[in-house]
Amino acid sequence: MTDKTELNASHRELGARMVDFGGWDMPIAYGSQIEEHHSVRKDAGMFDVSHMTVVDLTGERTREFLRKLVANNVDKLTKSGKALYTCMLDETGGVIDDLIVYFLREDFFRLVVNAATRAKDLAWIEKQAVAFGITVRERPEFGMVAVQGPNAREKLIGLLPEDIREKARKLGKFAAIECEGPNGMPLFLARTGYTGEDGFEVVVPNTRVVELWNLLRDAGVAPAGLGARDTLRLEAGMNLYGQDMDETVTPWEASLAWTISLDEGRDFIGREALEKQKTDGVPRVMVGLVMDEKGVLRHGQKVLAANGEGEILSGGFAPTLGKSVAFARLPAGDHGEVRVDIRGREVPVRVVKFPFVRDGQPMPGIVDG
Amino acid sequence: MSDKEIPGDLKFQKTHEWVRVEQDGTVTVGISDHAQGALGDLVYVELPEVGSSVQAGNGVAVVESVKAASDIYAPVSGEITEVNTVLSDKPETINEDAFGDGWIFKMKLDDKSELDGLLTADEYAEVAENDDH
Repeated sequence: MTDKTELNASHRELGARMVDFGGWDMPIAYGSQIEEHHSVRKDAGMFDVSHMTVVDLTGERTREFLRKLVANNVDKLTKSGKALYTCMLDETGGVIDDLIVYFLREDFFRLVVNAATRAKDLAWIEKQAVAFGITVRERPEFGMVAVQGPNAREKLIGLLPEDIREKARKLGKFAAIECEGPNGMPLFLARTGYTGEDGFEVVVPNTRVVELWNLLRDAGVAPAGLGARDTLRLEAGMNLYGQDMDETVTPWEASLAWTISLDEGRDFIGREALEKQKTDGVPRVMVGLVMDEKGVLRHGQKVLAANGEGEILSGGFAPTLGKSVAFARLPAGDHGEVRVDIRGREVPVRVVKFPFVRDGQPMPGIVDG
Repeated sequence: MSDKEIPGDLKFQKTHEWVRVEQDGTVTVGISDHAQGALGDLVYVELPEVGSSVQAGNGVAVVESVKAASDIYAPVSGEITEVNTVLSDKPETINEDAFGDGWIFKMKLDDKSELDGLLTADEYAEVAENDDH
């Protein structure tokens, strides 16, 4: 059984090429994936991300529960609407999923988790929630549209009722508001995204999502598929669950150390394992790679370093750079000269810091080493 | 992205390569418009070496799109006589004109009768249509 979002017919009318994505029938591209990528980098594009799972947590002890559930510290969230990116770990420190936590009220937090991990995430959260008396409620009645790009915010704000616009314009990064949208539709407007560009992720009732999509199209926002979303997030140095990390990998090994908060006395699930690994030495690291030769780095290719072998995690052609980039997991230590085995040919690559692209521009040293 | 009309003078493999028999008896090989559409934006083409001998059915070139790498199989046995070097810098030529400027290589055949085993344009159109489902 393949699930369909409310926008499925809209995608097909636009001539999208559809693919199965984590059990959902989703558009990979409407026309040229590269043009869609550039639309987001240079102007404004939108993605149907209704397949993502919205989970609302309610109960007096919700914050306390989240202190235990996730590796980042929800005590950083002091103002209603603020969001936090975090990993949810198992006892071995392996990543069950990465997600965004929104603080709405002390007794009400909202999570947005990945589509492909929906069932296991819900089962895990529900299991842990029992002891805290938390109500876990999936919200399948919501759709979600990500509007991204340097002009994305203004294009969406222009559709809002006039008295809402200033508030929406002032919304800080990684924060959300609930507000009235066009034609009275209720919106949950979050200044978040997965492209490395400014923009909003908008949660809207399924019954209104087609209307919102069409209004955004009329406002000049270009529909973009999951293909462009993937190259955008790769350039922006953002991990993809299932490709860059999963239960067999700790956040230390997935360049997600910045999301771990080892604050005094907080006993989150996986903490003990993470601390032990840190003490013992983290065996593997995730690095960024750039290939100056022609060709494409792809998931699963073997990577040869001076201190051992690894493999390409996310890899692909980066349209903003005109060359291929990737994340790879390698043994920790001095990698020396690094090569990638592409169909039996060992092609040299450069190990670089990522993101590869920020605010529409290649980072220094990425294009020319 | 609507598929362009398939030129009737071409022959095809079910793996989506087209073959045109030129007047001098050599053949030109590319991939179909349907195939380029399914692959999406092409970003790299690995061309065969001029002068190399190839066997029908063997992988001789690779086209890589933003989505995936895809082998190009020799439709007949023979020798590679020319490759489309334009594709090294402009792989998107295949997206723009799969049946024309986006040709990939030319070859001299060992045995003309191998051409009889290829699909006609109509037969290929059916393959392409079934491929969509």
